[in-house]
Parts: sequence; structure tokens; C-alpha cells
Amino acid sequence: MPSIRFRLNGVDTNVDADPDRSLLDVLRGSLAVTGAHFGCGAGECGACNVLIGDRAIASCDTPLWSVAGKDVTTLEGLGTAKRPHPLQRAFIAEQALQCGYCVSGILISAAALLKRNPSPSSSEVKEALDGNLCRCGSHNRMVRAVLRAAAEMAAG
Amino acid sequence: MNQQAPSSAAGLPVNLAANPKLSSWLKFSADGEVTVSPGKVEIGQGIVTALAQIAADELDVEISRVRMVRASTAMSPNEGVTSGSLSIQQSGRALRHACAEARHIFLTAASDRLGVAADALSIQDGTISGPGNVTTSYWELADDVVLDRDATAAVMPKPVAQRTLAGRSTQRLDIPDKVFSCPRFIHDQVLPGMLHGRVMRPDTARAKLLELKEDGARAIAGVVAIARDGSFTGVVGETEHCVEAALKALQKGATWSQAETLPDENDLASFLKAEPSEPVVIDERAASMPRVKSRTIARQYSRPYLAHASIAPSCAIAQWDADKVRVWTHSQGVYLLRADLALVLKLPIENITVEHMEGAGCYGHNAADDVALDAVLLARAVPGRPVRVQWSRQDEMTQAPFGAAMVIEIEADLDAAGEVVDWRHSVWSNGHAARPGRAAQPALLAAFELEKPFPRMISSNPPQANGGGADRNAIPLYDFPAWRIASHRLLTMPVRTSALRTLGAHGNVFAIESFLDEIAAGRNEDPVAFRLRHLRDERARDVIRSAATRAGWKPERRPGVGHGIGFARYKNTGAYCAAIAEVEGDQDIRVMKLTLAADVGEAINPDGVANQIEGGAIQAVSWALKERVRFDQQRITSASWSDYPILRFSEVPDVEVEVIQRSDLDPVGAGEAAHGPVTAAIANAVFDCLGLRIRNLPITRDSLIAAMELNK
Repeated sequence: MPSIRFRLNGVDTNVDADPDRSLLDVLRGSLAVTGAHFGCGAGECGACNVLIGDRAIASCDTPLWSVAGKDVTTLEGLGTAKRPHPLQRAFIAEQALQCGYCVSGILISAAALLKRNPSPSSSEVKEALDGNLCRCGSHNRMVRAVLRAAAEMAAG
Repeated sequence: MNQQAPSSAAGLPVNLAANPKLSSWLKFSADGEVTVSPGKVEIGQGIVTALAQIAADELDVEISRVRMVRASTAMSPNEGVTSGSLSIQQSGRALRHACAEARHIFLTAASDRLGVAADALSIQDGTISGPGNVTTSYWELADDVVLDRDATAAVMPKPVAQRTLAGRSTQRLDIPDKVFSCPRFIHDQVLPGMLHGRVMRPDTARAKLLELKEDGARAIAGVVAIARDGSFTGVVGETEHCVEAALKALQKGATWSQAETLPDENDLASFLKAEPSEPVVIDERAASMPRVKSRTIARQYSRPYLAHASIAPSCAIAQWDADKVRVWTHSQGVYLLRADLALVLKLPIENITVEHMEGAGCYGHNAADDVALDAVLLARAVPGRPVRVQWSRQDEMTQAPFGAAMVIEIEADLDAAGEVVDWRHSVWSNGHAARPGRAAQPALLAAFELEKPFPRMISSNPPQANGGGADRNAIPLYDFPAWRIASHRLLTMPVRTSALRTLGAHGNVFAIESFLDEIAAGRNEDPVAFRLRHLRDERARDVIRSAATRAGWKPERRPGVGHGIGFARYKNTGAYCAAIAEVEGDQDIRVMKLTLAADVGEAINPDGVANQIEGGAIQAVSWALKERVRFDQQRITSASWSDYPILRFSEVPDVEVEVIQRSDLDPVGAGEAAHGPVTAAIANAVFDCLGLRIRNLPITRDSLIAAMELNK
């Protein structure tokens, strides 16, 4: 079995697995990292989004081989309760979810947006999150939370 | 003025009378925590936080000391199913009484210990103090005070004015875990020795498995067992990866019988009206002084089958130990699921423990219960090992029960002034409830697939006294002098239906409020004024006036923009909600803005109520503009997000919600109040914008073209 190396949430990681397996499968399976959620398995809902480098990508249809040598960040790598990412703080402040199953992928898409555009408009946030589905109807709160995080980050 | 939820004869809230032992609701520990164990479950609606607020308030402790425990048949009070927007009024009321009585018992114990009269004691964050600086606490007394006793009706909860937490927006207790990825979802649970399972379901409707070649699946590394009982077939293995591969191999080796025929998706109204059905007259009112009718108008409305389409596929874990089984589930009712499992397994209920664990947002009777039986059946093949079963996206979209399609016909007799003198409303639909645990036969999918199958359940409707099913909200709240309301429940069920958020209220409110708009327009009367003129209930008038004021009703006419209103009181006994929609339209309709006002009585967590109303409103936009279960003669074809699109971020309107706080009135649920009013408001705004009445949901480019054709 070939060995694939990449950095997961800042930590060097080595996986012995079929390189064609999906990244999501490996993350949730042998690596036991559950931040990315399975939603559809077809890259249509965004629940499994992770950062690969600075881009938000659906991990369910990303083959393991394609992340060799790259930086992969899941929700766990974004921040923790002790050291929260501004987005995580903002989602709590805005109470920006109902069930929260989609939110791990949405935080990742939002983090990617803020890396390439630190002060997005409301419509730019909506555009960046358009590949993420939310069924509970928390969209507007999430958009407000992303704008709040952007403002906080700009204020330093 | 205190409108009370139903109480038992003994004066206790119904759910407390049914589960009177105080210790089943709450326990105090010496280390400064109070554990609260409601029978209702978190399904993304924030109920756990609202219940914690109620407990903290009544007990005089900080909310951070309240530890909320997930429902389990091993210990929780049996509060039936978490549905119908009843949790706050049922569970909240029972918990408030239980906490009030526990507080009183502790005060009596403290009085004995401190030698101070109980009425001279006060409690602050669990510390009980009296004159002369004498103190003790819940935590000191915890080991000596016995709560293993039945509630009495002797102790009344605090008056509203003394509550400090209830009525104030509180941050939800579950949100930090969810943004920091601390596993709360059943999907993220890993138990020691856990295996994975997948179940093979036919692609075509109700096909039976005739032949199965298992060799391909057995050859896959990591596969531990293949379980087959009739058409029910599943595989158990070491990893999700290997069971997915084995499932594909099984599907290749399966031969299925012919499918049962599904109705014509493009003519659901004819199908619903032609099937054998059971007619019931829901309500009749005769005019005391009949007025002369000058003409009759009749309109027909419909809505399609709707999918729950939760973001997570359903998931469950089961583990056998000899003849006992433990089940982890995101079901809405742990006791009800247990009852159905007992029927299928032919085991006494004592042998089955069902524990709740959170899933993704739940909007009614989805596949949570089905997958629990799947897990139980697969785990039986590997005694002692927990087996986690997760459905595929395709099964979630095609095999889970749907919200029932409806056709609604309303006829109104109008007098010379265009006023309603008689109103006749008829609905044709499958039943809106086939929940587990309520019948002598199980309601779980796998039970219909076994070698010795249970009969497929045909959905029924809850009685009108419990809010009704297909007939929910079919009785108008307006002061028409005479009416006849009838419901026709289908006795066949080619497409599986059960409870989806609002049951029939969505279709009925859409129909009533659309028709009303047409009647008002026929009189050249403003639709808000028309409604206010026909409503006597001040709370109803208040939500309409609040929404209208906030939306600046009626905004100036602009080309390509329309405004419409919708109103309902959910179940005619629950939350009041008025919605005003602003749409833009030409070939397609875009909802730009929704302005809502809601009255849920006492809003325990006002921000939580606003969140639920806003979420319901956005989901309703999705239902109204996009959603429709698709099928051909043989199979459900809307099996993915491409075939069953839901509203996306770029399509979501601005939503403003005003929650009218009524602290002196018993609280009711908020989660289902907005769907009907928002759908009707959109349809009415489309008319305002384009002059087209869309009477068949969803409102799409095709339905606009069809309406244009009809206008010609």
C-alpha cells in the first residue's frame, strides 16, 4: 500500500491507503478526524469541505493522492474553544445555526473567503457560500457572522 | 389572563402526571450540578437550551450549573415524540412544575437543618440562606433529600414577574460544540469495537429481491457479515470504505422483481381525487341568518410531495448483548421507536434500550427510525459488536417518508358585495402521519421487507383535536357565516408519506390565504384590511398589523416588484404568524424580502424563537419556489441534490422577524408557524407583481407559463 504524506491541521501526517480513496473517507476513517461531515458523497452540499492550501474543497470527491505534500485543514484546525478563530467566535455571537451539521463545511468556505478577500460584501459572502447547503434556514445569520468576523479581523 | 395548556385532573401538567417521579426529571449532585433529563430531544430547534432556562429560573441556579441529559428509555420521562411544536408547552410546563416542587422540598429540608422557617429562606445560585447568615445549598443537601417521590400539585411555579432567565435571549448550549467540532452528532460517534453497516435498497418502487449473488461482496477485505432476511439485505464490515464497496458488489449481484407503478407526477390532482379515500367532515357551521348569494367561485390548489432532505443522511448504532439490544438514534421519540422495535424483534420492551443522540436538522418523520431498525438487524449478525449504519444520499432522498402531496378545492358563495356567505373547503391527500410506536404494526421500512413482512402502513391523520393532519389549519380563522370543511384520506399509498413539518397546514394555509386574496382583490379591497375586518382575535390582528407596519404596507408600486401577505395561527391553537413577501419577477420569481411577526405566547428564548421563525420562513421559500419530489412510473428520480434542489445562499431573501412577547401567556412552539403564511405571501406577491395566480406549487418558470396560458 503506498504511503501518502501531507500536513493535517499543521501536523505531518502519513497515510497508508489506496491513493484513489476519498480524502473524507481517510479523514473520518483511519485518521478519526470528524470535523468534515458526510452529506452527499458527490460534492454537491459542502458539508465535507476542508481547506487544501487556502481553497475550500469538498473532501468527499477529492482523491487522497491529490493532497500529497499539501496542507489540509479541517474545522478542528481552524480553532479551538481556548483559541477560537474569529469565525467561530462570530458564529456563536450571532447564534448562526440551528442543527449545525452543515456548519463545519460553511466555516471552512468562509475561512477560505476571508483569506482571499478580507473585507467581503454581503453578496460576496453569499456567493462564496453558494456551494454549501443549509436546510434549517440559518443562511442570513451565517452571512452576518462572516461579516462580523471580517470586521473583527480587520480591527486586529 | 393566563391561558393554560391542558392539565390532568390532579392539576399537574399532563407530561408530569404521566411521569410523576421527580427524580426522573432532575437530580442534584454534591459537586454543584443539577442534572435535568427531559423526554424531548434536540433536533436543531434549541429546545434543550429553553428547557435549561426554565429549570435554572425555577430553581434559582445559574444556567451553567444545569447539565442537560439526552433522552433514553433507560431513565428519561416518557414524553412521546418531539413534534408538533409542542415541546415547550408540554415538556417546559412539566419541568417547571417539577423544579418548583423540588425547590420547595429543598427549602423544607434547609429549614429543618438551619432551624429557620422556610419562608425566611432565599436561594441564590443554589445557595440557600436565611437570617443571621445561616447558609446551606442544594449541593450540601443533595445526598439527604429524596426526589424519588411523585409530584403533587401542591407547589405552584413562580409568578412570571419573578423569572429572571425565561423571556431573555440566551446563547444556545449546543452551539459551541458544533463550531469547535466536539462530536455531538451520532454520525461522529465512535464506540469501542464498532463496525460499519450498509443496507441495499431497490432502485425501483417496492421491488422484491428475487435472487442475490453474495460472492463479490464476501470477497472484499474487511467484510464481516452479510445479513439477509427476505428482501432486506445488508453488509457489516470493519470500515465504511469496505462496506460501501461490498454494497456495490451486492447491488451488482441482485435481481429484483418488477416495480409497483407510481402515479403520474404531472397529474397528481387527478390521482389524489381518483384513489379510494375515506371522507370525513371536519367542521361545519351554519349561518344563523343566511345571506343571499349572488355567485359562487371555486378554485383548486395543490402541493407536490416534499422531501425532508436533511443535510445528513440518517444514521444509527446498535449493539446486541445476548437477547438485549442497545440502540443509539436521532429519532424524535425513543419510547415510540422502542415499541416498534419490540414488535419487529418479538422481544419484550425491557430488552431494548433506545438512547437519543443528535442528528442533523429534523423536520418530521424522516428515516431516523428506519435506519435504527436497519442497525438492529445488521448488528444481530455480529453479537457484542456495535454496528453503525448510515444511509446513502440516494436512499435518504428516495426511501424516507415524504410530506404528502395535497389537492385542495375551495368554493365560496359571495353576496352582491363580494362578501363570503358560505365557504366549502375539501382536501384530498394521503395521511400525514405513519409514525412508529402508535399502532399494532410497525412503521419501519425494513419491517416491510422481511421474509415474513409486516404490512405496509397506510398513513393516517391525527384527530383535529390534536391539530389534525391533512386537515390541519383547514378550518378558517375568519368570521365567515357558514362553512363546511372536509378531508379525504387516501386508502392506498404508492408513495410513502408521513409527518413533515406543519403536516397539512402548509397546503391549507397556502390555499385559504391565496383564495382570500383573490376575494379581496375582487372587491378592490386591500388584503390586509380585508383580513383585519374578518378576524376577531386580537392576537391575530396584532401580528398582521405588526408585520404590515414593519413592511411599510403597502409599499409603493414598482414595475417588476410585488408584495403579498399571508397569515395563520398554526393548528388554530398554536403560534400566530403573519408574513409579508416582496418578490421580483419576470420569467423567474425571486423572493427579495420577508417581514414576519410572530406571537408564541411567552417566548422563553426570544432569539431562539426568532431563529426558528426565520429558519421556517427560509425553508418555506425553498418549498414554495423549488421543491418537488420527482418520479417516473417505476422509481423516485429526485435522488440527489441536483434532482431535488433546495434554496441556496444567493437565493435567500432578507428576513426580518418581530417576536411579540406575551410573558403572561403559556408558551407554544415556533418551528412550524411560518411555512404556510410565507408560502401564501409569496403566491400573493406573485399575483401583485405579474397578475398571475399560481395555484399549484412549486412556483417555477413552468408554472408561470402554465398560468399565463390559463389566463389567455
